[in-house]
Amino acid sequence: MPLLDGGALRPDPFATIGDDDALPEGAALVSLARLTRDGEALAGRNAPLGVALPPDAHPDTLRPWLPRLALVALSLPKHRDGRAFTQARALREYHGYTGEIRATGHVIPDQYAALLRCGVSSIEVPADTDARTWTRMRDIIPLAYQPSQSGDGPPDLLRRRVGLRG
Amino acid sequence: MDQITHAIPPHARTYRYDEVDRDFLAARIAEFRDQVARRLSGELTEDEFKPLRLMNGLYLQLHAYMLRVAIPYGVIDARQMRQLGVIARRWDRGFGHFTTRQNIQFNWTKLEDVIDMLQALADVDMHAIQTSGNCVRNVTTDEFAGAAKDEIVDPRVYAEILRQWSTLHPEFTYLPRKFKIAITGAPHDRAAIQVHDIGVTAKRNEAGTIGFEIWVGGGLGRTPIIGTKLFDFVPEADFLKTMEAVLRVYNALGQRDNIYKARIKILVRDLGDEFRRLVEEELAAMPAGRYRLEPGIVAAIRAHFAPPPFADLQDDPPRYRRALEADAAFAAWARNSTHPHSAPGYVSVVVSLKPIGGIPGDASADQMEAIAELAETFSFGEIRVSHVQNLVLPHVRQEDLHALWKGLRQHGLATPNVGLISDIIACPGMDYCALATARSIPVAQRISERFASLDRQLDIGTLHVNISGCINACGHHHVGHIGLLGVDKRGEEVYQITLGGSATNDATIGELIGPAFSYDSVVDAVETLVRTYVAHREPGELFKDTYRRIGPAPFKEALYAPA
Ligand code: HEM
Ligand code: SF4
Repeated sequence: MPLLDGGALRPDPFATIGDDDALPEGAALVSLARLTRDGEALAGRNAPLGVALPPDAHPDTLRPWLPRLALVALSLPKHRDGRAFTQARALREYHGYTGEIRATGHVIPDQYAALLRCGVSSIEVPADTDARTWTRMRDIIPLAYQPSQSGDGPPDLLRRRVGLRG
Repeated sequence: MDQITHAIPPHARTYRYDEVDRDFLAARIAEFRDQVARRLSGELTEDEFKPLRLMNGLYLQLHAYMLRVAIPYGVIDARQMRQLGVIARRWDRGFGHFTTRQNIQFNWTKLEDVIDMLQALADVDMHAIQTSGNCVRNVTTDEFAGAAKDEIVDPRVYAEILRQWSTLHPEFTYLPRKFKIAITGAPHDRAAIQVHDIGVTAKRNEAGTIGFEIWVGGGLGRTPIIGTKLFDFVPEADFLKTMEAVLRVYNALGQRDNIYKARIKILVRDLGDEFRRLVEEELAAMPAGRYRLEPGIVAAIRAHFAPPPFADLQDDPPRYRRALEADAAFAAWARNSTHPHSAPGYVSVVVSLKPIGGIPGDASADQMEAIAELAETFSFGEIRVSHVQNLVLPHVRQEDLHALWKGLRQHGLATPNVGLISDIIACPGMDYCALATARSIPVAQRISERFASLDRQLDIGTLHVNISGCINACGHHHVGHIGLLGVDKRGEEVYQITLGGSATNDATIGELIGPAFSYDSVVDAVETLVRTYVAHREPGELFKDTYRRIGPAPFKEALYAPA
């Protein structure tokens, strides 16, 4: 499935690798179980490595691998399940992770802005997605009352009152 | 970054929006308009649309949509109240319904009107944001905030800070379940903080510094739980940081597979002390400074809540005393409807929305307009919504009380029953609610008719009767002195009775007294309970205290012993 990144669609360079599959040459996305099992071998490869972090896993479990990870894929089993928001924010804020954070699963355009503000960078979307709906909903409320993890977020009212920066 | 130092009038009455707040609201409406269009075109499924409409206050009820409008922490001014009247007349059936969460509901909303209604609200800086859905809901507080004689800290300042902080919070908009915060700034808790997801008491230490006692994991619903004290004195700078930490733990760990176990109270109960440890871990991990509540922000928000220009008056002025002596009906009303004020010569006045036989919390468009008018004349244009579904005029001169009373009376707003047995909390129940298992409004009406005599009510004294039409407990039955819960028993509506509940400092979940009563017999049962209480009480003792002293036996005996 394509990725929505910076408001435009792009192909996914990562191949999703099953727990017992052989590793490909290029970028590989593995499960948390496989990362925990084959971590050293995976980290020793000379290609981008990604992991799928299940919603019930604590981001702390990734701590030893984070410097090697180019991608953390979070999942929303239903769009109402908001655990990924907290996981993304924790990865950025507590762990200083700067690689790609991807939201997968059931995500709707109305969640795009909030996901970005929590530190998510790309969304896995169906092939027939109209990126314009996503960017329109992303930009429709250009103001916020809280600081953002993305740094480039909109101004922040609670702080703006005294001229602080988000 | 734009540093707008827009002018706040010396007496703002409510938090005053500036251009940015208004732009935000306009954008929010544009967003909802887009969402409605995508729902109609099928781009959004009903399952996807539902949380979006709920976060804009739009419920689907039994007969129609219902729009729940936020009255942040129950604070509203005359201009806004007038506009609610306009909305009630134009888009509802001429009524609005004030709720226990200090909001107002329009029960006969049409989907095609919603955007216009939101626009009419935005015209007076109001909205319906987060009045429903699995997000942080309207923050509630003491209805006498900013006026009460016993107030230590004005909770409106921190309630507004919480409102801004929680509005479209990017991380906490898809929580496991709804999240309700209540805050009080007085030693006497009038905001029921121990039965909220987070309850806050703002207080001062010996040095006079403001800090916050934080309670967590209280709630009613099908599993009623009294909250646990998490921290005794959180410094002001760490106020939002602490809220963030609690919600982070909840969002990560709250149950999502079972809706009945998804509230934070279940998590707190299951984790015990581990919950506090997890919150402390979050606090320790947070970058210093990022979530600090700066004194400058607090000062800027506090400026919106500056007191009105009170005159220099004395308590008990002669004009008031003469009116009390000359007019017994006025005196009876004044005795129950006033609350001590911090400024000498003033009181707060509770306006009962519980006429005998009426629908608790309902107000007509005419009444809303009348209240707005009276608030402008007698209360500096300020109005509050109380959590027992009444209204409050917070700052009234004692010498004006008689004139105010006459004005209220003309509009059926001077029922002298505040705090008495006919001042009932009732949820919408079977009359409106799709989840109801029984009627609650008609039961409230019948009880209030049974005890219509004011002398009798005064003799019974303060007594809280709370009624819910199903186990979700929107009518707070668990914390009524007498609580009624309507359930369906093989197709028949029956009412379970709980006794001894309280929502204030001695918060207690009422105890089930015995087998349920039929719709026809439940009013007699209440009558029996009241008689038993009157027979056993000591002077000045409240129902719940008599119940605690003598226990359930005499009440059981009176209810169930063969005649
Ligand atoms: C008419 C549509 C309504 C529906 C469908 C509805 C639904 C619910 C549900 C499902 C719960 C249980 C939530 C839980 O425990 O997780 C609940 C609780 C509650 N609702 Fe309502 N409600 C409605 C109206 C109202 C009204 C009119 C009020 C205020 C008068 C109200 C105030 C409350 C309160 C205070 C609680 C219990 C406090 C707590 O959750 O701990 N609700 N409601
Ligand atoms: S208690 Fe039940 S019947 Fe009453 S409003 Fe809540 S959900 Fe509806």
